[in-house]
Amino acid sequence: MKKVYVNEDWCLACHLCEYYCAAANSGAENMIKAFANGNKPIPRIRVEEGSGINFAVQCRHCDVPLCVKSCITGALSVKDGVISCDESRCVGCYTCVLACPYGCIVTSESSKVISKCDLCMKNNNGDPACVKGCPNKAIVLEER
Amino acid sequence: MALNYFQPLFDVIRDKDRCIKCQACARQCANEVHRYDGDLDKMISNSQQCVDCQRCVCICPTSALKIVDNPNKFRNNSNWSQQTMTEVYKQAETGGVLLSAMGNPKEYPVYWDKILLNASQVTNPPIDPLREPMETKVFLGKKPKDVTFNEDGSVNTETTPTLELSTPIMFSAMSYGSISRNAHESLARAATELGIFYNTGEGGLHKDFYQYGANTIVQVASGRFGVFKDYLETGAAIEIKMGQGAKPGIGGHLPGAKILEDVSRTRMIPMGTDAISPAPHHDIYSIEDLRQLVLSLKEATEYKKPVIVKIAAVHNVAAIASGIARSGADIIAIDGYRGGTGAAPTRIRDNVGIPIELALASVDQRLRDEGIRNEVSVVVAGSIRSSSDVVKAIALGADACYIGTAALLALGCHLCRSCQTGKCNWGIATQRPDLVKRLNPNIGYERLVNLVHAWDHEIKEMMGGMGINSVEALRGNRLMLRGIGLNEKELEILGIQHAGQ
Amino acid sequence: MLEKEGQVRIPAGCAISGFISRDGNRICGDKIVKSISYMHDRSNGLGGGFAGYGIYPEYKDQYAFHIFYDSNESRVETERFLDRHFDVVNLSRIPTKKHPRITNEPLIWRYFVTPLPTKLAASQLDEREFVAQCVININDRINGAYVFSSGKNMGVFKAVGYPEDVGEFYRLDEYAGYAWTAHGRYPTNTPGWWGGAHPFALLDYTIVHNGEISSYDANRRYIEMYGYKCNLLTDTEVITYIFDFLNRKQKLSFEDIAKIIAAPFWSEIDSGKFSESEKQKLKYFRNVFSSLLITGPFSIILGFDGGLMALNDRLKLRSMVAAEKDDMVYLASEECAIRAICPVVDRIWSPRGGEPIIVKLNEKK
Repeated sequence: MKKVYVNEDWCLACHLCEYYCAAANSGAENMIKAFANGNKPIPRIRVEEGSGINFAVQCRHCDVPLCVKSCITGALSVKDGVISCDESRCVGCYTCVLACPYGCIVTSESSKVISKCDLCMKNNNGDPACVKGCPNKAIVLEER
Repeated sequence: MALNYFQPLFDVIRDKDRCIKCQACARQCANEVHRYDGDLDKMISNSQQCVDCQRCVCICPTSALKIVDNPNKFRNNSNWSQQTMTEVYKQAETGGVLLSAMGNPKEYPVYWDKILLNASQVTNPPIDPLREPMETKVFLGKKPKDVTFNEDGSVNTETTPTLELSTPIMFSAMSYGSISRNAHESLARAATELGIFYNTGEGGLHKDFYQYGANTIVQVASGRFGVFKDYLETGAAIEIKMGQGAKPGIGGHLPGAKILEDVSRTRMIPMGTDAISPAPHHDIYSIEDLRQLVLSLKEATEYKKPVIVKIAAVHNVAAIASGIARSGADIIAIDGYRGGTGAAPTRIRDNVGIPIELALASVDQRLRDEGIRNEVSVVVAGSIRSSSDVVKAIALGADACYIGTAALLALGCHLCRSCQTGKCNWGIATQRPDLVKRLNPNIGYERLVNLVHAWDHEIKEMMGGMGINSVEALRGNRLMLRGIGLNEKELEILGIQHAGQ
Repeated sequence: MLEKEGQVRIPAGCAISGFISRDGNRICGDKIVKSISYMHDRSNGLGGGFAGYGIYPEYKDQYAFHIFYDSNESRVETERFLDRHFDVVNLSRIPTKKHPRITNEPLIWRYFVTPLPTKLAASQLDEREFVAQCVININDRINGAYVFSSGKNMGVFKAVGYPEDVGEFYRLDEYAGYAWTAHGRYPTNTPGWWGGAHPFALLDYTIVHNGEISSYDANRRYIEMYGYKCNLLTDTEVITYIFDFLNRKQKLSFEDIAKIIAAPFWSEIDSGKFSESEKQKLKYFRNVFSSLLITGPFSIILGFDGGLMALNDRLKLRSMVAAEKDDMVYLASEECAIRAICPVVDRIWSPRGGEPIIVKLNEKK
């Protein structure tokens, strides 16, 4: 299965992936609208940086997903290897947030439910916005 | 300084309605033009430091940025332009020589744009490159004077070493040091995939790139940086650099700040020392000395590699080329005054040398007049900007072209002409690790391959239109060219007729 | 005023025809006239000509110079030049017949000459090179004089007009030779100059050519490095010089010359159809003689001492047909020109682009 991978050699820490991700999952038709009026949609990818090494982190879509195991309502499920969240069933218990070893399940102040990367399955047919937006091919979608 | 005598060259225009304050511009500008101000919760910019490299414009996810010329103007004066005045202010402030980079940007005539190509009509069919074979392979090197025969009467097919190019385009000399490791890797891998050659420049060859040796031309310049046996033996050909179009008559200076560990090892000089290439080769004060170096390099590599001599196009270029053709060199590379550089004194770059079109035309004709055109191949450089420039150069008499600036553009360069600062935002003309990594060679090499493929297709289209199906029939075929808006003397030097004739 | 040949480059379409008796039987010139006349519509009356081989058996050891003069002055000057360099064994006007459609003829003279031994020795050249240089000299330097034929035991006859009229004008029915070639011209722009008609000749090499080569200036500028002067700016002239250079000076066979001027494509060379040594040779030719590759459409018949060679460009952009009957080989732009003089043939075929047909006289039994 194709997954998103990062190559820290080419990550420039421009943080654009966060913005492309946030805009893509905001439901707004473009980035300007997504961020209009002081809106700050939450990205599901985060760039870690420091000591000259940078890389983006988002859900690894683990083969043995601890988040899914820990979910108390069945909101998190695996379909064709992609872990996604049914927000209508999420009760905001945040057990998954504690369980994820990568810190890839994010929360926001404006909404109680969690959000996480689903490889842009819902918003763009599995063509991830972070991969498309990366200016240096540091984030790639590939079979490994 | 309390008083600014000159104003910023550019204005950074930010569309507040579009800006989402993502700060990508601030993170990407090595010149620190953009900054996020938390107190004001907005992006602010310092135009004074902007070099108009367009990196922020390209990276902005909402197209909120524009860099425009600063509309502020000194009082109009046809003699004292704003630029001339600004240069005086700068020099009065610093006491220094003005430095610039890339090619001569002044408004001299571009002869390529005053030459038109022919096409077949009625009496001779154009050839469709999609239907018929169309060939762009060329060989560079000396041709034997006469055919010789083996004892059994068969043709003796041995020749002196040659370079075989899939298309008549090579990447010009750009040293590791003046450009980044990733830029070099992109060029090396592209040359290998394309079946052409790239050129190390005078900075030696990084060990990691020895694997691309079969497509590498190794340069020997006046500083002799990085030259040793393995280096010479690794390259497919050796180029002696006598001059460079952007700065004929002067040497080079790579500041110590750019001589970091890898560059220092590759150049074989201590870290942090300035790398100074002398103006002349101090063992070449005349043509007979050049012959000795040509032959020494051949001796050192057992006569297995062609030797190229690269010169800047200067006033008596034809006579110099004739001397080189008799020096034992296999290929002459001529670099016109619009050729690029990583750093040159502005006055030299903008005022010394001649256009490559005229230099090429007179060299080719001179070598033919002397009957020695086959002694050498002629490669031209110094602002070959498109496939039509390549076609025109070949029709004027070149065997192949070197492209430098066009290759850098493919890698992202926007010709801000600030290479000398070492703060290239595109990761090309810099050694700063955080900037170098902006040029991902996996992307870079592919873009170079695309560029050359595109040009090759276009060359084939133009040749097909002329009814020519192999590039050798285009070489020196000046009948395929006509001048437009040129005077008698220019036409005479170019050896072409005017449009309508 | 219209410029004449040599002042302006004139493209032309054409008809060509030729035949050879491999046994060396001498065939009357009226036959070639008949052959070319069947392709009347491929010419436009602005040039026609013929080359005959084996037509001067009585002077077979002398070079036969056919010269056009604009005036008596140029004749006198040329004859002075000839006297200084050659032993002139015989000279006369070339016999012609008045013809209503052939007008404005220049003075047409014929000389049978041998180089003066002292001059030849002093020049340090071989005999053929000496003669070639003298011919190039006259054509280049003497105003109004033009040597249009200069080989041994062969001759070129050409004029402005339709080829069949030119044949009658020169009374070709009074000549007989083992090989003939003919040319009818369709230039697109010319006032018509007799020297510009074809065949073009140097020594015993003659070329009749149909086509317009796109490599012209590349070929011209290369060959001019070797002492040739392309004064006429025609394809035929440069092709003749290329043959002279490669065959006489570089000593390459006609088969190899075809591999240079109509070189196989790289895709073919690399296809594995050639032996390794042949591949090496083809690569060598394309490298060393790259500037002699001829592109654009052409079909040519080369006449030389003892044979004919026919060749098409490598894409075969011009028509050419070949036929055999007993010891005869026929070559022509169109089949009709062959059937007109040999209605029943043993074999008739269309040679492929770049594939030469080389026919030589059989060894004397």
